[in-house]
Amino acid sequence: MHKKLVEIKNLKTYFFVEDTEKQKSLHQEISDPALMDLYKTDKYLKNKVPAKAVDDVSFDIYEGEVLGIVGESGSGKSVTAYSITRLIPDPPGKIVSGEIIFKGKDLLKISFEEMKKYRGNEISMIFQEPMTSLNPVMKIGDQIMEAILNHEEIPKEKAEKKAIEMLTLVGIPSPEKRLKDYPHQFSGGMRQRVMIAMALALHPSLLIADEPTTALDVTIQAQILELMLRLKKEREDSAILLITHNLGVVAETCDRVIVMYGGKIQEISEVDPLFEKPLHPYTVGLLSSLPNPDLPMEELKAIPGNIPHILELPKACKFNTRCTKAFDKCFETEPELLEVEKNRFVRCHLYENEK
Amino acid sequence: MNPENILEIKDLKVKFPVTGGLFLRKVAEVKAVDGVSFNLKKGETLGLVGESGCGKSTIGKAVINILKFSSHDVEIDGEIWMKTETGEIDLNKLSRSEMRKHRGNIQMIFQDPYSSLNARMSVGQIIEEPLLYHTNMNKKEREERVAWLLEKVGLQAEQSKRYPHEFSGGQRQRIGIARALSTNPKIIIADEPVSALDVSIQAQVINLLQDLQEEFDLSLLFIAHDLSVVEHISSRIAVMYLGNFCEVGDGYRIYHHPIHPYSKALLSAVPLPNPKLKNKERIILTGDVPTPMNKPSGCGFRTRCPIAKPECADFIPPLEEKEPGHFAACPYVSA
Repeated sequence: MHKKLVEIKNLKTYFFVEDTEKQKSLHQEISDPALMDLYKTDKYLKNKVPAKAVDDVSFDIYEGEVLGIVGESGSGKSVTAYSITRLIPDPPGKIVSGEIIFKGKDLLKISFEEMKKYRGNEISMIFQEPMTSLNPVMKIGDQIMEAILNHEEIPKEKAEKKAIEMLTLVGIPSPEKRLKDYPHQFSGGMRQRVMIAMALALHPSLLIADEPTTALDVTIQAQILELMLRLKKEREDSAILLITHNLGVVAETCDRVIVMYGGKIQEISEVDPLFEKPLHPYTVGLLSSLPNPDLPMEELKAIPGNIPHILELPKACKFNTRCTKAFDKCFETEPELLEVEKNRFVRCHLYENEK
Repeated sequence: MNPENILEIKDLKVKFPVTGGLFLRKVAEVKAVDGVSFNLKKGETLGLVGESGCGKSTIGKAVINILKFSSHDVEIDGEIWMKTETGEIDLNKLSRSEMRKHRGNIQMIFQDPYSSLNARMSVGQIIEEPLLYHTNMNKKEREERVAWLLEKVGLQAEQSKRYPHEFSGGQRQRIGIARALSTNPKIIIADEPVSALDVSIQAQVINLLQDLQEEFDLSLLFIAHDLSVVEHISSRIAVMYLGNFCEVGDGYRIYHHPIHPYSKALLSAVPLPNPKLKNKERIILTGDVPTPMNKPSGCGFRTRCPIAKPECADFIPPLEEKEPGHFAACPYVSA
């Protein structure tokens, strides 16, 4: 396997919300010293309780891979990505503890000014909403050039040439003319391609794509995914972190997959074994709730129950309220994330004895 | 009307005017639906698929006849025949008050479970409201009906006093379904009912819809963009592109053997949750869907079609029966 590009260790990102009722009993419950310190030092947190959006998440991203994070709404997948670029709105969000080691440097320890040098240059991001993530009153060309000029000391003409080059690369016809257009003159798929052009303009080592195709139609989705993968191939040491809820997209683009639920990683696997033989009951449920056109099936096997509210996540295993295989232990202790096979990690009591 | 049909749509055209200039004169028009005919059989599910802007939701809204009364300048041509107990009626000819008498028979489920429920009404009131307008039930009967409906859709009768914000997305969609069922409709139009839901919740709602359809003998017009969901729930599928039908036929047949070049491309673009099929042959269409305001002449798909010929610009191809029960609107392909 390739070299590690990013190492994420015990990342905890919490959002603090007001709740005077729960706050009273909270202090007895906190066992985490980092969180305790935060409560002692930060006045803002008075009367607030933490919503544990990302709770003790550790994983690595290797050079040259496409790593997928899947999960349903509220699972913490986007917050994980925003934590890497330190774009968590504070308040109400806070990275409570953890390390994000990118090329030997802990991104959580550097100053905000230093972080700016990494954003766009080394790590860049494509957002879900191509409609809202471009500035509506700024020409497309100026927006791409702004990203380039912020990081490179080159004359404007050179930056413009580079912007044209990027637009050609992502397949926008007559880029010289379109540079002078405004975002509303572009369709959704084209705007997403502009976002990709902008994100790749400085050849970042890590591209984080947060639901890049969710707002797009399937024929456009196919174009965008193909484009992302083709551009990745051109630079071998770069990696993509793809966040999505669409398991089809994962199967077709990713090398490895992380399954999240309730702010925790539930399973990490290479893509083929995950779809062939999912281990965690949540992954099993997720895959079988998809309609499969090849099997004549009368009833879909849905996961029972609803996704619990983030402030009312169950104790012990986060999935115990909906799991069909839950037994006594699942309500008592939280399972560890164990390596059950090579490169395959599962957080479930069912697999503890197999190790 | 054919006795096995409950709904017959003949040459439906929906045009929205585009106004501009100093006096807001009509400068152009958007042909959202451009001559579509289809039947809905009793008890079947007809799936309507297509990309955004193809006119699938407009068909839904035109069929339930709310377009005409919600925007005054929309032009709706064509016939929408519905079978009722008293006979057959053309919904497109009805006035607002006449339509209200029939609306109990044809109900709609909306896409967004967050904005389609009134946040200031309790769940009980939301489900009860159609009963006030369409039935002569007294208060006690209505309350009983609401409690019964809530249990039918998998919620509890006690929850009728709660408000929509206390429910999750999937539960709200269940409330929307209970509301649509309250008047005992024969036809339900479901406009993207599961696309706003998470995968695990989506499966629950699809199962619920299928159970209810069987129990109440509903005819369902299921509008969606997710092809695998549509294939799962529908007996027949119609594929739309830029206001016209490309292909109509048996769901399984279309999913596995599409004929029209657009259906082929659409199906091959769907990512499948099976890494073994990663390298399947994929038709990647170039370019974007043209806006319905500047629709290409002739066949709407010709600007992106891999087999387009110069003649395609001359006329809109009609649906031809390529194999029994399987229609496609392209003269250059065969089953």
